[in-house]
Order: sequence, then structure tokens, then C-alpha cells
Amino acid sequence: MPYPPALVAPMRDEMTSMGAQELTTPSAVDDALGDPKRSTLVFVNSVCGCSASNARPALQMALAHAVKPQHVVTVFAGQDVDATARARQYFGEYQPSSPSVALLCDGEVVHFIHRHQIEGRPPEAIAADLMAAFDKYCGAAV
Amino acid sequence: MSGHVFHPDHEALHGITVVLDTADGRTIVGRYHDAEGGVVKLHDVAIYVAGAVSREDYLRRTLKFGVRTEHKFLAVPTAAVRGITPLGELAP
Repeated sequence: MPYPPALVAPMRDEMTSMGAQELTTPSAVDDALGDPKRSTLVFVNSVCGCSASNARPALQMALAHAVKPQHVVTVFAGQDVDATARARQYFGEYQPSSPSVALLCDGEVVHFIHRHQIEGRPPEAIAADLMAAFDKYCGAAV
Repeated sequence: MSGHVFHPDHEALHGITVVLDTADGRTIVGRYHDAEGGVVKLHDVAIYVAGAVSREDYLRRTLKFGVRTEHKFLAVPTAAVRGITPLGELAP
């Protein structure tokens, strides 16, 4: 059952304030992920204090990197259920977890950070993983 | 910036995806909840069954692709637990 909107609003705001486009419907997901020509990062947001509270700042740090995906979007697991389910259809074999991060290039997942790769790690370490993936897959600085 | 914590004051492993080995040789992967009432409680659980794939290959695949959930919840008797390791610690 979703948490009250007011309770999760700060977690949504944290994402949009760093420039992520929030996707709350399946059609919005299709609009955002249906163009395979661009690199897109999908952040699966979560209310989990153990992990999401490290993952969101990590992404914010990573997005300050010179090289980054062309498009950054977010769905909220447990809140925007249908949109999250649709986004996961683009993740291929990668199993659902939240929070998690998928980097898609040319319509394929090229890098995935699962919840178990976030748990207990400081934001700086998670950000370093993300920036390495950006350098590897996202090409020239934008 | 990151202070939105919903469930503080739990055990250190609470919320961590773990590999739990049992006395009868099972390997169980799931998100640890707690160990109270004589059982270890796990969420979003997968159980390795020995067969065509080795335990090591199973865990390697789980590290890469995530936990393929078979049970939303599982309680394992504490007396049957032989070891608990965070999945993330098994990464190369």
C-alpha cells in the first residue's frame, strides 16, 4: 500500500530537484524510454531509509560529473506502481529491486546497480560506480 | 538532503540482502528483516536448489541480475542457520 503522498513528497522532490523527470504513468514511461537513441538513466526510487537515503545523494553527486546520460528519469516503487512495473519491462533480465539504477543505451541496459550494491555503502562509493559507468557508456561530455 | 529514514533503530542487518546458509545445505537469498521469536525473517526470497547450476554460479548470477523472488516472506528457524553473509560482500 502506498505511503501518504505528503510523506513521500520530500523523496520525490529530492529527485526532481536534481533534474530527474518523474514518470508516474506507464505511458509516460513509454514516452521516456521508447527512444532507444539516447542514453537514459532510470532511478527506481524507494521509501527505504536504509538504502534510498544513500542512493539519492549518490545520484546527485554523479550527475555533477562532466559525462552523464542525456536523460535522467525516475519512477517510485511502491508509490507509482504501474509506472514502475512498466519501467522494469525495459530492464530485461535484471530483477526488480528498489532502490536501483538502470543505465540504458541504444535501448539496452548497459549498467545496473541493484539494491544489494547500494546497501551499507556511502553515497561517494555509489557515485563513483555511476560515474565510471557514465564514462564508459555515455561518451563525450554533455 | 538524505535524512528521510523510515525505519531506524533496527538490527544492523535489517534491510540488507543476505545469503543465508542452513544446516540442511540450503542457500537462501533474501532481504533480512530481523531474528526474533526463534526465526530469521526474510523478504523477497530466492532459494538455491542444487542441480545443473553450482552454488557459486547461482550467486554470481544473482549478484549480476538480482534476486529472482520466489517467496515474498520466509521465516527460517534460527537453530537451522549456519551462516549469514551480505550478498554485496560476495562481489568480486
